[in-house]
Amino acid sequence: MLTEEDHKLLKIISEDSRLTPEELSIQTGLKPKYIAKRIRDWEKEKVIVRYQPMINWDRTGEEKVTALIEVRVLPQRGYGFDKIAKRLQKFSEIKSLFLMSGGYDLSLLIEGKTMQDVALFVAEKLAPLEHIQSTATHFVLRRYKQDGVELLGEEETIQRLVVSP
Amino acid sequence: MNRYLAPHVANLPPSGIRKFFDLVATMKDVISLGVGEPDFVTPWTVRESGIFSLEQGQTMYTSNAGLLELREELSYHLDMSLGLSYDPGHEILITTGASEAVDLVMRAVLSPGDVVLVPDPSYVSYAPCATMAGASVSYVPTHAKEDFRLRVEDLAKAYTPKAKLLVLSYPNNPTGAIMNREDLLPIADFVTEHDLLVLADDIYSDLTYGGTHVSFASLPGMHDRTLFVSGFSKSYAMTGWRIGYVAGHKDLIGGMTRIHQYTMLCAPITGQIAALEALRSASEAKNEMVTAYDRRRRLMVHGFRQMGLDCFEPLGAFYVFPDISKTNLSSEEFAEELLKAENVAVVPGTAFGPSGEGHIRCSYAYSLEQLQEALKRIAHFVQSRLG
Repeated sequence: MLTEEDHKLLKIISEDSRLTPEELSIQTGLKPKYIAKRIRDWEKEKVIVRYQPMINWDRTGEEKVTALIEVRVLPQRGYGFDKIAKRLQKFSEIKSLFLMSGGYDLSLLIEGKTMQDVALFVAEKLAPLEHIQSTATHFVLRRYKQDGVELLGEEETIQRLVVSP
Repeated sequence: MNRYLAPHVANLPPSGIRKFFDLVATMKDVISLGVGEPDFVTPWTVRESGIFSLEQGQTMYTSNAGLLELREELSYHLDMSLGLSYDPGHEILITTGASEAVDLVMRAVLSPGDVVLVPDPSYVSYAPCATMAGASVSYVPTHAKEDFRLRVEDLAKAYTPKAKLLVLSYPNNPTGAIMNREDLLPIADFVTEHDLLVLADDIYSDLTYGGTHVSFASLPGMHDRTLFVSGFSKSYAMTGWRIGYVAGHKDLIGGMTRIHQYTMLCAPITGQIAALEALRSASEAKNEMVTAYDRRRRLMVHGFRQMGLDCFEPLGAFYVFPDISKTNLSSEEFAEELLKAENVAVVPGTAFGPSGEGHIRCSYAYSLEQLQEALKRIAHFVQSRLG
């Protein structure tokens, strides 16, 4: 169970994982030693899984294609959807994998260099797998918001007076 | 044409903030810590409700006292958050910002010759509003060594038999000081003993760190003696919407409503609708802003102490008020020289009253990156002065 302080600490780290325990200490009032230990514990417990910058690839000029794929699966007796999911998660092309409710079973987020890369992956690796009944591929045309960050357009600029009461 | 100005207006001194603003306006690429308003924009759901109301054509006057729905929601909110009980029908008036509420209180209760007791330093409007109401001001100094809390001993020294109104503004602009229940109880006894009214400006009541705000109006016997002033500008980042309110005894609110109906008529409807939405849906956004301010507050206090300056830890609002007297500069000199040397704008403490001498007000309603850069530059300047 997270304390309120733990929650604050995790939130700050999730926004900027580059801050040192000393810097975190200044901003939270917690002791640097406590912070360092807490972070080590969370790393061991896989609460903190990875430190990763969020990159807006659209701005790098690098060619990159993202697709969301709806997959319908025949569940297996004794395993449900887990057995096929365990197999799918090994594919490096699949960046995210979710079990869904509703019109299909698994949702896959795939990244490739070109649309053809993604299409070939679906046609040659994904669709032929046993127990997979159907796939529907949706290419991402533009990212507007990701992981809570608004990516499109001007940032909201605040034109405040330079000095005010 | 000055001869046409009424003497009490012609004699109003310009705000110390205005003077400094004029100086800053001549400079380019200034990093400012001089702004007394949130750097967040109004939460989206609140903005969206204002937009939707315009789409629906809600562009009319409201009743003089403001939308009843907003007053009812406020009544509930004040009860839940501060334990204050006000009848939305007769004891709450929606105003055009808390600034109008301050002016209304002064104009409704003061007569020429009356005296207003004002903590020093404090927000710049109290004394001019008192003057415009024909009254005069007796400043009650507060001190860094007392964490800028108002002490009854100082209040007694500033008291005159003509005193009618005491201003309490905690959390305080510019010091960030708060007053807890133990601090307020002797003040309440003093108020009763001298039959004073209290203008409690609680505009920063949501912005406290490490404790819950105690409203003076919630103390025993103080409900009817207190005119509770607040607004949406600071808590919900809604400065430009101009929505404030005053709550108090129905006779006093009735008097203020009469002045309000002949001057403002009513607060803008779009702002009132947005304020209603803020109360209903923006508490999480508000809490996130408070959490962000708290991180910045700690950074600022640490930064000034690292420079070797004394800095009282503010527990409310979004200002730090470090002591710069070690530099042997007055607060105005410090602010001016810092601006010229490092392009950083801070406000001289004296803009908020004579007891602000030796201090500067730094707002931390800025991003962490801006604050870090500003602290670096201020440290460079202070180092050059301290050697």
